[in-house]
Amino acid sequence: MNLWKEFTKGLIAENPIFRLALSLCPALAVTSNVYNALGMGLTVMFVITCNNISVSIFRKVIHPKVRVPVYIISIATIVTVAMLVLEAFLPILFKELGIYLSLVVVFAIILARAEVFAAKNKVIPAMVDGLGMGAGFTIGMVSIGGIREIIGNGSFFGYQLLGSWYHPPLIVILAPGGFIVIGFIIGALNLYEKRKMERTTAGGKI
Amino acid sequence: MTEYFLLFLSAAIVNNFVLSRYLGLCIFFGVSKNFHASTSMGLAIISIITMSSMLTWVIEHFILIPLGLYFLRMIVFVVVIAVFVQLLEMVIKKFMPTLYNIWGIYLLLVATNCVILGVPIINSEEHFNFIKSTVNALGSGTGFAIALILFASLREKLQFSDVPKSLEGLGIAFILAGMLALAFQGFSGMIPL
Repeated sequence: MNLWKEFTKGLIAENPIFRLALSLCPALAVTSNVYNALGMGLTVMFVITCNNISVSIFRKVIHPKVRVPVYIISIATIVTVAMLVLEAFLPILFKELGIYLSLVVVFAIILARAEVFAAKNKVIPAMVDGLGMGAGFTIGMVSIGGIREIIGNGSFFGYQLLGSWYHPPLIVILAPGGFIVIGFIIGALNLYEKRKMERTTAGGKI
Repeated sequence: MTEYFLLFLSAAIVNNFVLSRYLGLCIFFGVSKNFHASTSMGLAIISIITMSSMLTWVIEHFILIPLGLYFLRMIVFVVVIAVFVQLLEMVIKKFMPTLYNIWGIYLLLVATNCVILGVPIINSEEHFNFIKSTVNALGSGTGFAIALILFASLREKLQFSDVPKSLEGLGIAFILAGMLALAFQGFSGMIPL
């Protein structure tokens, strides 16, 4: 039960992209279609989970003064492994993700989870936390990718959804569109949050 | 000579780091609330990016490639840059205390950041030689500084404008960055690289 709570907190309540506003670079860079977004999301999920496990195993051995370099080396090692695997088995995805895949090393969310959670908890909760945060990240990536692909290309996951009458505004797939779409998603989430707050406070008064 | 000039322009304007490559967004949105901070940050980024890309080029070509350790480059680059920035901070603190007071904290903020790590990786993937790597780093840093300073001045104006309640803060900042990126999109394709 407790583990389930650790898992679900990453999905919405502490969603890395929308709530914590961490790791925004990949959220913009590789979300021009759903396939790339999903690939990136799953890679980050793998890295964050493995890193949480390794930090949690060695948490009593790592001297607090050198903890950040140790975490960074651990992350860089896992990212190198993930890169080699992707290059061998999914070369097209590897090429599409390009430089952003190497830059998973410096994602704030991975270091933040190691520092905030894995360094203080046992292996199993740390692993579940990593899985949850990774899943939340993937959900964020896929939803941004979905919106951008549907509006900007009229398709979803490569399947053409809208007919030939639809002339997609290319700008949504290009750089400016990414910024604007995320801006509106953040606005929509704020609006939703405000409505929910108003409803609960109004309910409390009655 | 023209080749290097074009490379510089390409890195600074056409393939602008923030607005068409989407790197360094944490700093871009974090530091741009204040014009002075953004200027100092821009200078810190230009200097660190150039020096660390020279350093990583030397390490890559004289240590990693001869020893066949190219696949370890991520790990080595991250550690080398982090250590280098720490050292630079100590040296500046010791010998130039006034400079340290102005932008000392920014040095540490950028130590492990995607802009600083991104340039060495691009250099290594494009197989640039030493001078080209340095020019590319200088151009990328300048481009980042230009975007950051432009954006900071826009955001200062934004403080006095009437924004829809739910878009206040990060939401409108993103949309504004989109508009800025739209302007930079006009340069795209000008220099084929």
